Amino acid sequence: MNKIVSKVQLSPDVFLLEVEAPYIAKERKAGQFIILQLGEDFDERIPLTIADADVEKGTIFLLFQAVGATTYKLSLLKVGDSIANLLGPLGHPTEIKPYGKVVIVGGGIGVAPSFPIAQAMKKAGNEVRIITGARNKDLLIFQDRMHSIDPETIVVTDDGTAGRKGLVTEPLKELCETWHPDVVVAIGPPIMMKFCALTTKPYGVKTLVSLNTIMIDGTGMCGGCRVMIDGKMKFVCVDGPEFDGHLVDWDNMLLRQKTYKEREVEDNHKCRMMNLQVEGGNK
Amino acid sequence: MDAKEMLASLPENLSVKDRLNIPMQDMPSQDPEVRKHNMKEVAVGYSEEQVILEANRCLQCKNKPCMQGCPVAINIPGFIEKVCQKDFDGALQVIQESSLLPAICGRVCPQENQCQKFCTVGKTKKDVEQAVAIGRIERYVADHATSALPVIKEATGKKVAVVGSGPASIAAAADLRKAGHSVVMFEALHKTGGVLVYGIPEFRLPKALVQKEIDKLKAMGVDIETNFLVGRTRTIEELFKEDKFDAIFVGTGAGLPKFMNIPGENYVGVFSANEYLTRSNLMKAYKEDCALTPLYHSNKVAVFGGGNVAMDAARTALRLGAEKVTIIYRRTIEEMPARKEEVHHAVEEGVEFLMLNQPLEILGDDLGHVKGVKVIKCELGDADASGRRSPVEIPGSEYELDFDTVIVAIGNASNPLIKMTTPEIEVNKRGNFIVNPETGETNIKGLYAGGDIVLGAATVILAMGEGRKAAKAINEYLEGNK
Repeated sequence: MNKIVSKVQLSPDVFLLEVEAPYIAKERKAGQFIILQLGEDFDERIPLTIADADVEKGTIFLLFQAVGATTYKLSLLKVGDSIANLLGPLGHPTEIKPYGKVVIVGGGIGVAPSFPIAQAMKKAGNEVRIITGARNKDLLIFQDRMHSIDPETIVVTDDGTAGRKGLVTEPLKELCETWHPDVVVAIGPPIMMKFCALTTKPYGVKTLVSLNTIMIDGTGMCGGCRVMIDGKMKFVCVDGPEFDGHLVDWDNMLLRQKTYKEREVEDNHKCRMMNLQVEGGNK
Repeated sequence: MDAKEMLASLPENLSVKDRLNIPMQDMPSQDPEVRKHNMKEVAVGYSEEQVILEANRCLQCKNKPCMQGCPVAINIPGFIEKVCQKDFDGALQVIQESSLLPAICGRVCPQENQCQKFCTVGKTKKDVEQAVAIGRIERYVADHATSALPVIKEATGKKVAVVGSGPASIAAAADLRKAGHSVVMFEALHKTGGVLVYGIPEFRLPKALVQKEIDKLKAMGVDIETNFLVGRTRTIEELFKEDKFDAIFVGTGAGLPKFMNIPGENYVGVFSANEYLTRSNLMKAYKEDCALTPLYHSNKVAVFGGGNVAMDAARTALRLGAEKVTIIYRRTIEEMPARKEEVHHAVEEGVEFLMLNQPLEILGDDLGHVKGVKVIKCELGDADASGRRSPVEIPGSEYELDFDTVIVAIGNASNPLIKMTTPEIEVNKRGNFIVNPETGETNIKGLYAGGDIVLGAATVILAMGEGRKAAKAINEYLEGNK
């Protein structure tokens, strides 16, 4: 059992949980993830990226958006509650080395997993520039953490309520032209990562992306997370989660993410109903 | 005449002829039309009368030919004799001298290729299916007899880690604990039992039976750590150096699904058998009213492969509501590696068998969902390295079939995780650990391995045998290290 020691609500449906997991806190490296299952038998297992860790306290930080049945249930847990099953750290850590100039692009809740990578890249002696994006001001997260690494972090929102109005690909293109990065790390919604990879391709800048596909065990056993990388089948859980964004078959990945869409819509509806009932009860 | 009357009519002292005249006892099973809609066990087990009748078919051969077919050399005539005397506890004792998991092996061992293949009764009747039903007798004994927990020797002060919790690891953990070592079993999933829990369906192996074996380990004092992935949560090196384990046994199995490498394998609606079965078995997705893990709803399912896993996947698909399930296999039913009984059950339940057809491509619709499979007809050519006649494609015989789901059940490769994080371990080109076949010892001192991680995908009983062999070697190694 892994106890929740702190909980912060970052936006209407984005939460940051600090959870006891001493082994994971000690072993985890930038780029790795965990799989959690809330209860026992009938709960599902979902992967979440590790946003940060406190080795001394033996805790890890998990950031998530309440979008499905499990993340919704997770958002209802309180400090002192426990998560029954937590497995990790999973996947290969990000390859951190002195590349020279590194651009970190974090979109939506993808800003959270990009933070430890930005931190490690900086520590390894790289010059780090950061671009963070969100749909609107309220959904921008981890701004203090990101600014602590790059005080000139470029902020972009879809509606212009904070920073520049537009998409992360625009400043990314500018940096490719004017700053000439050696490596770009892009983490966010699949569609954002796809377009970041398309943006950097003409400049020949190596672009790492972190894929978050459907998974059950996270140890290589189910093959549900398979993606095509340069025409070869790879498992995100054991071969990834990071891959060369220029080699990912994005369209296939986006397609496979929708495998259980019908069921997800149904669950989501149930969650919203549950939410309404909870709110109604409070009144 | 029913079993009760038949038993009553048997003469006091049975001659060989009398024994050969006792009809083989059929396994009572759920009706196919009923069971294909539920997850309950298909074979319900012998009655007491049936098991005694079946046991009396055994001729008690002096040379015990059946034993040579058993990977762990159970004293088969010995336990069957006890069954004839209605001494079921005694029979269990005899089995447990060699096997730790009779309730499981009695259900999932391929007896027709092992003990029963050598049975004199089967030979006399020139039909292996007429051999004494050793597995069914074993199952009865395991289900109905009770045994005390094994005696645990005085504490040795040594610590042994067992990685994985499938059959090889369960066997190793039990034997290591009996020797008085402190034993910690590490399992990556949230549930113990390995393939017995995530792979083999409830209708073939009830999960409560697996849990019983795990509970027995706990009662013996084995510590079990779930959600612990050796290689990632802690490495082998850390287990030795920081956690001070004196020896480690790795039984992580063959858990990496193979795919066909044909076009279309990444369309929505294509699953590895592992994923399909894990969703249903481990995550209980078949209970759609309470399980959160989603299932893919299918009407027409194609299963590629001809092994037990293919049968399990096909029969699971039926139970999950598919209207039509077709097994596509490139050889004929004769060459299928699946157990005859499983094939028979699948046929009874209405699974269709499309033999001598090789899938060439999975076809998708505009949305990228499976809409069919393109296959080519084959004929049997000369025998290949496996001794089976190999399929030869017939040029120009390609055609297309409609399906909305494809399950790929063509086998598993070894899990690469421990190798990835412990690069010094010597593995062969398939990724299986290279060990001393007598002891299970790897090239790293104190590190042993057994089961599918060494053998490649094999059987429960072989894995169990490997676990016991390695445990014996570890016990000797630790004895020498005192």
